[in-house]
Amino acid sequence: MESADLSAVWLTLKLATTVTTLLLVFGTPIAWWLARTRSPLKGIVGAVVALPLVLPPTVLGFYLLVVMGPHGPIGRFTEALGLGLLPFTFPGLVIASVFYSLPFVVQPIQNAFEAIGDRPLEVAATLRASPWDAFWSVAVPLARPGFLSGAILGFAHTVGEFGIVLMIGGNIPDKTRVVSVLIYDHVEALEYTQAHWLAGGMVAFSFLVLLGLYTFNPARQKAL
Amino acid sequence: MKRTLPLLLALFAALSARADEVQVAVAANFTGPMQVIAALFERDTGHKASLAFGSTGKFYAQIANGAPFQVLLAADDETPAKLVKEGYAVAGTPFTYAIGKLVLWSTDPKLVDGKGEVLKKGGFKHLALANPKAAPYGAAGLQVMTKLGVAESIKPLLVQGENIAQTHQFVSTGAAELGFVAYSQVIKNGQIGAGSGWLVPGNLYDPIRQDAVILAKGKDKVAAVALMSYLKGDKAKEVIKSFGYELH
Repeated sequence: MESADLSAVWLTLKLATTVTTLLLVFGTPIAWWLARTRSPLKGIVGAVVALPLVLPPTVLGFYLLVVMGPHGPIGRFTEALGLGLLPFTFPGLVIASVFYSLPFVVQPIQNAFEAIGDRPLEVAATLRASPWDAFWSVAVPLARPGFLSGAILGFAHTVGEFGIVLMIGGNIPDKTRVVSVLIYDHVEALEYTQAHWLAGGMVAFSFLVLLGLYTFNPARQKAL
Repeated sequence: MKRTLPLLLALFAALSARADEVQVAVAANFTGPMQVIAALFERDTGHKASLAFGSTGKFYAQIANGAPFQVLLAADDETPAKLVKEGYAVAGTPFTYAIGKLVLWSTDPKLVDGKGEVLKKGGFKHLALANPKAAPYGAAGLQVMTKLGVAESIKPLLVQGENIAQTHQFVSTGAAELGFVAYSQVIKNGQIGAGSGWLVPGNLYDPIRQDAVILAKGKDKVAAVALMSYLKGDKAKEVIKSFGYELH
């Protein structure tokens, strides 16, 4: 492998780790709310969270490019803050990937929360646990398989992302040139040997991730 | 029903005998002119041209792996020659249908001056370029910057589109302030339509010869041969010129 390939692998892992961490932090409250709420807004929020499952990445990529560009609302906002524009930057990729992988993290966690039911939390309340305490010492440990599935799927899905990165990344070495884009590059330039190395690596990686998920977390198989 | 079915079949047979369909792979920069030419071609010959647009490198990979294209309008002259050599295209059929021109373009009416001085002066954060490894217009843009001695200073500002259409999209959405695109993408009534641009002088880059070729799947196909000769005709030439290409 050449150094360009290695740096793309490193960048991809960095992106996936950042995105997974952010999704666990921001996705968990969303999953909790979706699992517990009786609000009429539940349907709307659930549908928005699931949108990336059915939308082509080109739709997300195109809108993000327009919205984060200099004429879009987010673009104007980030420029006003002195942050510059998000397309063609690593933070831009992170934000795009958070949207793209959102359902893959939120849904398994939400399912796990829902599976717990009301009873353990009611019991915790009768033992004078505050809701905050009950969440951390009852709900989270019980939902552990959901967190594991969500984290693994979010990570793997971000590694496998292509369409959005292609549309808003600009293919910059060390900033936005992730493995999937580099494979595409190699194929376009007819460098099939290098393409095979990376593409084969992706197949092996994805298989191992899913194998691990199914082997060590058999209860979650049905949820997939 | 028993009687109408053979009748319908006969009708289809009659129609298909007269009007043939040709599957054409078209380089992204030639999208605009080819849509016009295909409409004229259909009107004048009765044949139908079904068009797919994309990058030449991707088309090469698809054709080498059995894609059903019958004619390729490439963005370079190397790919058709390579396809012929490898037996995926018909020898003797490649010809230059257009010579592409490069433009440094921005939607900002003031950014790009008529001499390309902006490349030396700077004042922009991103310059869009088609992937120079795969796209001829990208390679040409890189050549221009190298000749002007600005390639190294601009390198950190480069953002790459996977083909010239995406590169144009980066610039037209304003995500990149300026970029090297095909003249055919921004021409309107014989000049650069919107924003500001610099039509790069031909001595700064090698001519972008765009060759067409009949592919192995289009061999002896009536519509494929008809399309190739139509491309050489006056009507097509006029369209090609009006989109800012030079002719061979």
